[in-house]
Amino acid sequence: MLELQHVSYSVPEAGGLDILRDVSLSVPDHTLVVLTGPNGGGKTTLAKLIMGLAAPTSGRILWNGEDITRLSITERARRGISYGFQQPPRFKGITVRDLLTMASGDKTLSKDRCCHFLTRVGLCANDYLDREVDTSLSGGEVKRIEIASILARGAQLMIFDEPEAGIDLWSFSRLTETFEQLHAKGSATMMIISHQERIISLADEVVVVGEGKILHRGSADEILPKILSDTLGSCPVLSKGGAAQ
Amino acid sequence: MMDTEVDRALLLKIADLVGKPVGAFNIRKDCGCDGRESTEHIKITGKTDKAGIDIRIADGTKGESCRIPVIITKPGITETVYNDFYVGAGCDVDIIAGCGIHNCGGEDSRHDGVHTFYVGKGSRVHYVEKHYGEGDGTGGRIMNPQTIVYLEEGALIQMDTIQIGGIDSTKRYTKIVCGKGAEGMITERLMTGGTQTAESDMDIVLDGEDSRGRVISRSVARGSSSQLFRPCVQGNAKCFGHVQCDSIIMDDAKIRSVPEIAAYSTEAQLIHEAAIGKIAGDQLLKLETLGLTEEEAEDRILKGFLA
Repeated sequence: MLELQHVSYSVPEAGGLDILRDVSLSVPDHTLVVLTGPNGGGKTTLAKLIMGLAAPTSGRILWNGEDITRLSITERARRGISYGFQQPPRFKGITVRDLLTMASGDKTLSKDRCCHFLTRVGLCANDYLDREVDTSLSGGEVKRIEIASILARGAQLMIFDEPEAGIDLWSFSRLTETFEQLHAKGSATMMIISHQERIISLADEVVVVGEGKILHRGSADEILPKILSDTLGSCPVLSKGGAAQ
Repeated sequence: MMDTEVDRALLLKIADLVGKPVGAFNIRKDCGCDGRESTEHIKITGKTDKAGIDIRIADGTKGESCRIPVIITKPGITETVYNDFYVGAGCDVDIIAGCGIHNCGGEDSRHDGVHTFYVGKGSRVHYVEKHYGEGDGTGGRIMNPQTIVYLEEGALIQMDTIQIGGIDSTKRYTKIVCGKGAEGMITERLMTGGTQTAESDMDIVLDGEDSRGRVISRSVARGSSSQLFRPCVQGNAKCFGHVQCDSIIMDDAKIRSVPEIAAYSTEAQLIHEAAIGKIAGDQLLKLETLGLTEEEAEDRILKGFLA
């Protein structure tokens, strides 16, 4: 169980600008939660606070009942939290196989296992295993390798920050299947930041984050119409009931 | 041969040697010959006018290797050694050189290896040179290698130079002259720390039509060490040349990287790239999210970078 209790985050360098304000959220084990909402609303910051990539200004984060608010990234990783970056870094001299091996924690990770993880993000092991995760790979390829590394990690909590960004339509379809299968298997808790209706529709709970707080929570069926109406409502032309001229 | 623990450790580090080498070899230890063997196709003979050896590889020799490591285990040794390689036509061989210095004394130990390669028509040579220093003495561990390569038509050399660590001062000079359709590739890996200094000058001269030259240099400078790189590719005909220098700078280190390309033909196509920077913060964070500590993440990034 993941619990956020009255978590706030502000940026001192930006004159104390509040990014998150008093956010409380509980994510039960083995559920799939999708965080969605407008850009700049605080979703990525929320995910980073859970992984320890940033420290909250106030509030507490509990994982399986333990207060992890002051734990390092490494300590959280070793307690079963994983994080797929929205824009993964590239490494000169580190191959896809190296990255998957590190992620899995198994120094003898077989090619078959690597192939298993890569296939689930639509990549062929033969083409990628020995390639360096450097600038020779496209943004979409690096993104899929990043997701494969989270699958290889097999952590109890998997956080994905906009996994669909930069991924082509065919790979996206494969990716949603993978999330669906993972969820059906029920071995991990997943938190996915996404704007895609297909991913949102997989969620047990959808959390709309905006203006640094939780705006709405509910099932996909409840939340999707709200998102649509919020989107239309913000457009003065469409809200008059007619199409844009 | 390989009498002491120090000998064995140094030879393992610089030439991956465990026990007697397979194929042709010459082991030089403290200014003397500590073992030598020729094969049917690779003949090694000592020079009579100065320190060093001649290695003659017969035409058409394929799939064979030659190891010529040098170890210095006593302080106060200064030597210049001349090794000449005569590689016949149509060969495909591996040559593993390298030097290890163990210095536990107060005097400097210094090895200057001067290697000259004459590579015959259509031959391929993979040349590996590892340098390593160790020992807790105050004496310096100094190496100044010089490698000159002449490639005949269609010949190729892939030169991998690796300075693993422990060398206080190095001044390296490498020159490859490429004939028609020949290809010279240098991959340099270098790590310095403490107050060590390293300088590396390279010239790839693309004389022949359709010749190619490539330099890939990767280095890490830690502590207050300093590095200077001056790789140059000169195109004198229709040719292709590429210089790529990447360095990671840490602590109080200093790095100067001065890649040069020089065209003396309108048909020469030459490119250079150079970058110096610290380890990117997001790289460290990514590996920490995989459960590595910051120190482990740093080591892993450096290991990959210099691999």
